[in-house]
Amino acid sequence: MTVYIIQRVMRMIPLLFLLSLIAFLIIQLPPGDYLTEHINALRASGRDVDEAEVERLMKQYALDRPMHVQYLTWIKNILLKGSFGQSFQWGRPVNEVIGDKMALTFLLAIFTTIFVWTISVPIGIYVSVRQYTFTDYLFTMIGFIGLAVPGFLLAMVVMYFSFAWFGLKVGGLFSPAFELEPWSIAKFQNMLTRIWVPVLILGIGGTAHIIRIMRATMLDELRKQYVTVARSKGLSEFAVLMNYPVRIAINPLISSLGFLLPWIISGGTVVEIVLNLPTAAVVLYRALLSQDMFLAGSFILLVGTLALVGSLLADIALAAVDPRIRFGNVEEM
Amino acid sequence: MALDENGAGTQDILLEIRDLKTHFALDEGTVRAVDGVDLDVRRRQVVGVVGESGCGKSMTAMSIMRLIPPPGQIVEGEIRFHRQFDDRTDAKDIVDLAQFESNDRQLRDIRGNQISMVFQEPMTALSPVRTVGKQITEAILLHQEVNKAEARDIAIETLARVKMPNPEQRFDDYPFQLSGGMRQRAVIAMALACRPQLLIADEPTTALDVTTEAQILDLMRELQAEYDMSILYITHNLGVVAEMAEDVVVMYMGKVVERTDVDSIFYNPKHPYTKGLLNSIPRLEDVLQDKREKLNAIEGMVPSPYQRLQGCSFHPRCPDFMPGVCDEAEPQLIQLDDGHAVRCHLYT
Repeated sequence: MTVYIIQRVMRMIPLLFLLSLIAFLIIQLPPGDYLTEHINALRASGRDVDEAEVERLMKQYALDRPMHVQYLTWIKNILLKGSFGQSFQWGRPVNEVIGDKMALTFLLAIFTTIFVWTISVPIGIYVSVRQYTFTDYLFTMIGFIGLAVPGFLLAMVVMYFSFAWFGLKVGGLFSPAFELEPWSIAKFQNMLTRIWVPVLILGIGGTAHIIRIMRATMLDELRKQYVTVARSKGLSEFAVLMNYPVRIAINPLISSLGFLLPWIISGGTVVEIVLNLPTAAVVLYRALLSQDMFLAGSFILLVGTLALVGSLLADIALAAVDPRIRFGNVEEM
Repeated sequence: MALDENGAGTQDILLEIRDLKTHFALDEGTVRAVDGVDLDVRRRQVVGVVGESGCGKSMTAMSIMRLIPPPGQIVEGEIRFHRQFDDRTDAKDIVDLAQFESNDRQLRDIRGNQISMVFQEPMTALSPVRTVGKQITEAILLHQEVNKAEARDIAIETLARVKMPNPEQRFDDYPFQLSGGMRQRAVIAMALACRPQLLIADEPTTALDVTTEAQILDLMRELQAEYDMSILYITHNLGVVAEMAEDVVVMYMGKVVERTDVDSIFYNPKHPYTKGLLNSIPRLEDVLQDKREKLNAIEGMVPSPYQRLQGCSFHPRCPDFMPGVCDEAEPQLIQLDDGHAVRCHLYT
């Protein structure tokens, strides 16, 4: 097991390097950069440009130097100083801008996953043992509706009705009073009263998806002989299900946990914009629009890193529950 | 019935199956997998059930365990199990297993405890993600009043009894770390852990190589004596029957066509189907003496399971087919004098 984890961590190093390279290339791809954009915008509106300030920024981030120097400067700052650079758009260091958003996104991802799993795993198990019955078809239908309706549309519908019927404004994660407050227990409680809306909306698509996966893998496992053998021991049907087919059918879900964060960020952006959430996806989207290169690049790098770490943790969790992986045995059973 | 007249008292009976019918209602029609089976197992007796694939022998076993896969259902008949509560007293209690819901509490108390089963495929009979020990102790903890440590001791002892090498070590192994023969030993240990009165073995050696098969057969015979249990041994292999069984039941298309002791089956078979089965075994001496004729297979094919033949279900393939008789009336199981029963018009 230890050997497995060490191997797995070693394999991440080249991946991380590649990731940083790609993140940097992506933010360099569009023509121009934020500073030139910014200077042009200022000039167009007839205002003066502080040449000295521009010069200083150019120097600091080596913007006037070739690309590989820029990349090395960026990476050096991250590795040595833990500094991701300056967000031009926000006028603050990237670290400050990102920290809060990332935490909130993480929280949202965790809540959404808990919601999705608690709903869809039991339903998936239930419909697999009631295959081709009315309940099965009912949940399949509800699931497909959930998959087919775009999240942002659902978000708008929820916002409209909660306002029209209950006079509630559901946008954002905090009441206006807490919006700019520092973190406190009261602020956290305030968030809990509001976070269920995005959790629900983001979760519905995922729920349908996981019900399908769970149902399919369960149906595969239920046909296997060890299930009959377990029944022949006299175990109750519930014990048979939980200890045998479910125990194996859950594994693909565990390995999918690693992609939680990228999923929330790429899949939920539009929903989060509609709901006006202060999450990473929204900030990334704006940073990309305004060519705020260090902010965007750092986001891509961070999200990618978290995805890698996530899949590492998922793999370790999977190895912990599945001895076939732990013992490096690939034999199909 | 037959066996009672054979000299054994009714108190010795363990399992009586009467007119058991297990049918599958499918869209294409009803498959009569088991269609009126009568069968008796006495205490400490090994009964072999033989027949081709699809003759209903496995479904008979699954009916006793009440583990018939849906949409299969017992539509008629009784499965009377004479269970003994305590080894010291002779107090018995007759339960009809066919009466229960398949998930009934009382039924689950019997399953894996007084009646247990060994399956065909040792490779897939164990869950790959749980240790062998865990899968064995599960049944012990369920049926016996013991704690985990005691259950572990019982499991390791049972593993030792089935001659598992290094039982203590194997206890914590996962099934994929064991060879096929060892896995089947583990499966047998799992079935024996609660000292069942009846062990149903559904082709337990079919998936194993010949050497391992011989070892497992030896082991099962030893264990039968040691555990004082009855075995219902299901197989398509007549050689295995000769080695294992005292009484033999031959099945064809969901029905018992012949029932007698093992010697009569081999030296005095009555039913044309039984004779055909015996003839189809290739003989080593024929091969050695270069009398290499083609294999004596039984003519024709097993009819489609959806088909319901008029008269005897074997008549299209039967060498002794009597037109106007065999394709008209269905033969009854006829009791010949010596505890030998046969379902054939030749003997009416």
